[in-house]
Amino acid sequence: MNIAKSPWVLHYDGSSCNGCDIEVLATMTPMYDVERFGIINTGNPKHADVLFLTGGINAQTAPVVRQLYNMMPDPKVVVACGICACDGGIFKDCYNILGGADKVVPVDVYVPGCAVRPEALIEGVVKAVGLLEEKRKKLKESLKQGYCSVDYSKMAIHMTADDYDPSNQYDAVLTEEALRQQAEEKIKVSAKPAALAAAKPANPAPAAKPVNSAPAQAAPAEKGDNA
Amino acid sequence: MEYGFIIKAILYLILAPLIGGLLSGTDRLFAARMQGRQGPPIIQPFYDVNKLLHKQTTVVNSIQILFVSGYLIMTVFTGCLFFGGGDMLLVFFALSMSEVLMVMAAFSTNGPYSIMGAQRELLQMMCYEPMTLLVAIGFYYAQGSFMVADLVKADAPAIIQLPGFFIGFVFILIIKLRKSPFDLSTSHHMHQEMVKGLTTDLSGSNLALVEIAEWYDTVLMMGIVGMFFITADPISRVWAVIAIIVVFFIETLIDNIFPRVKYITMLKVTWAVILVFAGTNLLILNVLK
Repeated sequence: MNIAKSPWVLHYDGSSCNGCDIEVLATMTPMYDVERFGIINTGNPKHADVLFLTGGINAQTAPVVRQLYNMMPDPKVVVACGICACDGGIFKDCYNILGGADKVVPVDVYVPGCAVRPEALIEGVVKAVGLLEEKRKKLKESLKQGYCSVDYSKMAIHMTADDYDPSNQYDAVLTEEALRQQAEEKIKVSAKPAALAAAKPANPAPAAKPVNSAPAQAAPAEKGDNA
Repeated sequence: MEYGFIIKAILYLILAPLIGGLLSGTDRLFAARMQGRQGPPIIQPFYDVNKLLHKQTTVVNSIQILFVSGYLIMTVFTGCLFFGGGDMLLVFFALSMSEVLMVMAAFSTNGPYSIMGAQRELLQMMCYEPMTLLVAIGFYYAQGSFMVADLVKADAPAIIQLPGFFIGFVFILIIKLRKSPFDLSTSHHMHQEMVKGLTTDLSGSNLALVEIAEWYDTVLMMGIVGMFFITADPISRVWAVIAIIVVFFIETLIDNIFPRVKYITMLKVTWAVILVFAGTNLLILNVLK
């Protein structure tokens, strides 16, 4: 059975004028009825698979959006609804607007429009749901190899346009190599004490065992940190 | 006797999640049609649980895994006991135990919404516990036994002697199935003032376990509704199934008609209904016997 058959949605209003929010809610009405695809508006990040962001991000909502994203269990996708969430829209040059949702969280699907049409939104969700299945497969593979978590402490949010540094944004931090490097570093750190402790006994044969099992032990600990 | 009990219990173990999931899907479909929508496919609850099982599980407090598994195990145990033909009193006591475990799971997370949900769940238990106990007592008065195996061999359906108990039980089913006027501890629709109440801080496979436990619970509750109609006559089973379908439809209808009430209203209304219908019925039975 496909995981994509029941995407549960969390909707957050970054700094929207409420036009897009009303359209997001309109998709739940009898006219458009997204529940026929199994989509539910949960309002709870811990149950959600898809994060709907409307409006540009400002300094006050940036930490909230990031926290919501971090609270969602993997696999998850982010949909930027409306032109403001895509790149800031007409508010782009305002002193308090950082830009689109992709300034603080990795956005998977951009749905432009002012306000965004419900039909476009539904198509956006359908595309996002396709990504969900891909992400699940990736997650499964990375779990097999003993790592799956992201070190969010290395990611910074810029609070004004002057602070913006592309090297610490999600796109730069979340590459495959970066993830692998982080995981390997963590495995090395957590494996060391086990190897040292095992090296003390005279018999070298059991010393090999903890080293092999160390990555497997490290994974749940990292998972816990992420949660 | 012993083998019969085990076979029936195993049948419940396998069939109850299937029937419960389909009932849950039918409920969502009915609700959608009542609102003029097409609604999700009838097997949508299975898709949901499948998805939840494949998601990452974030755990706030590791003991909540124990409590949630305990909730599922106690609910399944209760159902096996009932459908195997065990003691009605033990069924209801084990059922309260499973609810207490769920409340503990919510309390252990220490989240504000979970705790609010857990406190409201305790209030709900206060509302329906008297009625569940009265149902067991009522069956004893009517048929002279607490054992389900004896009750199903009755000469006349229990509804003849216990109409008040039936009305009271259908009324508290609204609370038990978490339907709208009394869904204080967890909301099934959209985001409301307590987010998801009891299950707010559960995710992934933990939430899936709660969903499965609720399917088992629904089937058990519908089984008790059927108990009011079952006699030794095999045709009575058809009546029982019809009664279950009607009651389930009424619950969905009530869910869609009424908005949520405050806990104090729930307490007053439920106890009034229990006192008037079940209490009077019990008095009359007492006088007649």
